[in-house]
Amino acid sequence: MASILAVDDSASMRKMVSLTLKGAGYDVEEAEDGVDALNKAQLRQFDCIVTDVNMPNKDGITLIKELRELPNYKFVPMLMLTTESGIEKKQAGKDAGATGWMVKPFNPDQLLKTLTKVLG
Amino acid sequence: MSIDMAQFHQVFFEECFEGLEAMESGLLNLDMGDIDSEIINVIFRGAHSIKGGSGTFGFTSVSEFTHIMETLLDEMRDGRRKVTQSAVNVLLGSVDCLREMVTAIQGDSAVDESRVSEHKKALEIELNGSASTAESTQAPAPVKAAVVAKPAAPEFETISEGWSIAFTPYLDILKTGNDPVRLFRELAELGELTTTANIHDIPDFYELDPEECHIAWDLKLLGTATEEEVSEIFDWVKGDCELEFSEILLKILKPQEALPDTSEQIPEPEIVLAQLAPATVAAISASEPVARQTEESKVAGVKPSSSIRVDTSKIDTLINMVGELVITQSMLSLIGEHFTMNKLGQLKSGLSQLERHTRELQQSVMNIRMLPISFVFSRFPRLVHDISTKLEKKIELKLVGENTEVDKAVVELINDPLVHLIRNSLDHGIEMPDIRRAAGKSETGLIELKAYHRGGHIVIEITDDGHGLNRDKLVKKAIEKGLVDANANLSDKQAYELIFMPGFSTAEQLTDISGRGVGMDVVRKNIQALGGNIEIISELGKGTTFAIHLPLTLAILDGQSVAVGDETYIVPLVSIIESINISEKMLNRIVGKGETFRLRSEYLPIIRMHEIFNVKSVKASKMAEGTIVVVEGQGVRCGLFVDELRGQQQVVIKSLEANYRRVEGISGATILGDGSVALILDIPGLVRLSNR
Repeated sequence: MASILAVDDSASMRKMVSLTLKGAGYDVEEAEDGVDALNKAQLRQFDCIVTDVNMPNKDGITLIKELRELPNYKFVPMLMLTTESGIEKKQAGKDAGATGWMVKPFNPDQLLKTLTKVLG
Repeated sequence: MSIDMAQFHQVFFEECFEGLEAMESGLLNLDMGDIDSEIINVIFRGAHSIKGGSGTFGFTSVSEFTHIMETLLDEMRDGRRKVTQSAVNVLLGSVDCLREMVTAIQGDSAVDESRVSEHKKALEIELNGSASTAESTQAPAPVKAAVVAKPAAPEFETISEGWSIAFTPYLDILKTGNDPVRLFRELAELGELTTTANIHDIPDFYELDPEECHIAWDLKLLGTATEEEVSEIFDWVKGDCELEFSEILLKILKPQEALPDTSEQIPEPEIVLAQLAPATVAAISASEPVARQTEESKVAGVKPSSSIRVDTSKIDTLINMVGELVITQSMLSLIGEHFTMNKLGQLKSGLSQLERHTRELQQSVMNIRMLPISFVFSRFPRLVHDISTKLEKKIELKLVGENTEVDKAVVELINDPLVHLIRNSLDHGIEMPDIRRAAGKSETGLIELKAYHRGGHIVIEITDDGHGLNRDKLVKKAIEKGLVDANANLSDKQAYELIFMPGFSTAEQLTDISGRGVGMDVVRKNIQALGGNIEIISELGKGTTFAIHLPLTLAILDGQSVAVGDETYIVPLVSIIESINISEKMLNRIVGKGETFRLRSEYLPIIRMHEIFNVKSVKASKMAEGTIVVVEGQGVRCGLFVDELRGQQQVVIKSLEANYRRVEGISGATILGDGSVALILDIPGLVRLSNR
C-alpha cells in the first residue's frame, strides 16, 4: 500500500488525517512541522505528502518547495490542506510545486476521495 | 468508511486552550502602531488552527466565530490594517469568549449565545470600521453558502450530449506531481471518455527531456456531467495547461433560466451587513465586555484537570533510576544466595546503595508532579492589562522565576489567592499616575511577581511600588470596627496583619476590582490550607511586598517527630519556631485560661499534649522533664509540651479522612520506619481545641 507523510502542527488534525488514512490501509507517518517533515521524507521514500500550510518553524509551502528540489520527490504528489481558500495561497502553493489542495474543513470521506485522485 | 471523530475531540480541546493562551500572550505583547509580524503570525496561526480544527470536527459555531477573528488578523498580518488598542481589546475579548465556547462544548453545556453574538458583532464592527470595503463580504457565512449551492443544478441534460475538452499541458506539469493519466481516470468516472493524444510536438529522441510533457490531448466525455464537475477535475492543473471546454450540443440550445437567480443573490451579504451595523454600535461599549469576560473565564478555569503533561526528560531520569535499582537488587540477591560473613561489607555497601537509589527514585517521582509556576503566572499579564486599563493606571508587570517548579496541586490552588493579591496591589497599592508624579515616582507603577525556592519551600512574592500600608490608618480602622482594643500596643507587623482579619477592608469604597466579598482573610486561609503562610513587608510611600511561603509538595511534609508517652506525633516543621526547656517556676497559671509561660516579651499558652490527646503512661509530667515546642498557627503562638524530641524526617502524608474519619487537631497520618502509625498535628486546629 502507498506510504503517506501527514504533516500538521495541530495534533488533532494530524491524528484525524493519519487515522483516516491508516483505516483505509495506507502506510502513514506523521510529522509535526515542515522541518520534521523534511527530515522524515529524507529517511524514507513516501508516495504522497499531505501537509498543512500554516505551521511554525517551516510552513507547508516552503516544505513543498524544498521537497520538490530533492530528486526523490520531483514527481511525488503533494497535497496542501488549507483553510485559506483564497487564490493567493493556492497560487503560492502551486508555484512551490504542490500537486493539489484540500480546503478545510473536510471529512474523512472527502480526504480519502481526494487521495484516490493522486494515488492508486 | 466511518471514523469516530469524537476520539479527536479531547486533543482538539487541549490544542484550542494552548492556542488561545498563545494568542492571548501574543496580543498582550503587541505594540500599538508598529507591526511585529512574528507576533501577529503566532496569533494568526492560533486562530487559523482553531478554525480549521473546529470546522473539521463539526463545531461550526466555533469555526464561524474564529473565521471573523482570522479575517481581522489576516489584514493585520498583511499590513492592510493598523494594530490599534481597540482592535486588540476586541480580540482579547473574543479570545475569552472563544475559551468559554470551547469550555462549554467540552463540558457538554450550553454556549451563551448572547455573549457570542455580542463579541461577533464587536469583531464585525472592528472589521468594517476601518477595513477596505472589499472585505465586508466576508462576514455572513451562511449567505455565502447559499450562493454557492445554487448553480449546482443547471438543466443541461436534455440538450447536451457531453463535453469536448482540449487539454494542452505545459512542459513542466509533471513537476507538480500531477499526472494527466490520473485526470483521465477521474474523467472516465463521469461518463464515457475517448482520448486522442496529439504527439506532434514530441521532439527528437536526442532532444527529449523525459521529465517534460510534450503531449496534448483531445478528450470527449459523453454523459450527464456538468461543467462544474468536469472543471473541478482540472482544478489543480489550471495554470499549468491550456484548457478549453466546449459542450457537445445535440439539438436545441435552450437558454438557461437558473442564472439570473444566482446573480440576484450576490448583493445580499452587503445588505445584511448594512442592517447589522447600526444596531451593534449601541450595544457594545469597548472595555466592559472584556473585563466581565475575565471574571467568567476565571470561574471556568478553576476546574482542575486530572491529566498531567510531563517533560520527557523527567520520565527518562525515572527509567534510568529504575535501571539502577534493578542492578542493585540483582547484586544484593547474588550476595544473599551464598552468604558468608566475609561478604558483610559488600552487603552493607549494597544496602546503602539501595537506600540512595530509593531516595533518588522518590525524588524523581515527586519531580513528575512538579510544574513550572509559569502555569499560574502566565495569566497575570492579561489580568494586569485589563484592570490597569479599567482603572486608568499605568502599570508594568515583571515576572521573575517563572520556571520555578511546584507541585501540581499547589499550582492549581494558589491561583485564586494570587489573583486576589494582584488585584489588591493594582487597586489599592499602585497610585494614580498624577499622584505618583507628585510623589516624585515614575508614572508607571511596577508590580513584580517573583518565585524562588528557599530551603525546601517555594516563596512567591508580590511586590508593588505603590504607597505602602499606612500603619496608623489600619490601627484606627481596626479600633473603629472593634477588632482590636483601643489602647492595644501593636508592632508594625501586627498592625499589617490586621488586614487579614475577617471583616477588615481599608479601601474607602469597595470597587469591583477588589473586595468582591472575598477578603484577605480568605486569602490567608487558602494559603494556610496549602500548608503555607503569608507575611507582609511594607514601607509607607515606597510599596508593599506580600511574601507567600509554600511547601514544595502536598504529598510529603518535613516533620519533627515528638514523643508523648508511647505515641509519636509529627509536628510540621514550618510551624515550629523553637524548642526550649523551661522549669516549673516559669509557669503561670491563669484561672479559666490554663497555663502560660513567658518567652522573652510574650506570654504563650501551653498545651499539654498528653492531656489533649488523652495519652497514658506519659514520661514527663513536670516541665523540667519534657520539652516545650513553640509553634505558630494562624498567627497564634503557643507551646506544646511533649516528652522529648525525636528526629526530623520527611513523611508521606496519608489522609485520615479517607482511611478513618476527620479528627480535630490532626491533619493526617503517616507510617514510620518501624511500621507504626504516627499522627500529624494540625497546629491551628490544636489551638482551637485547647481553647475550648
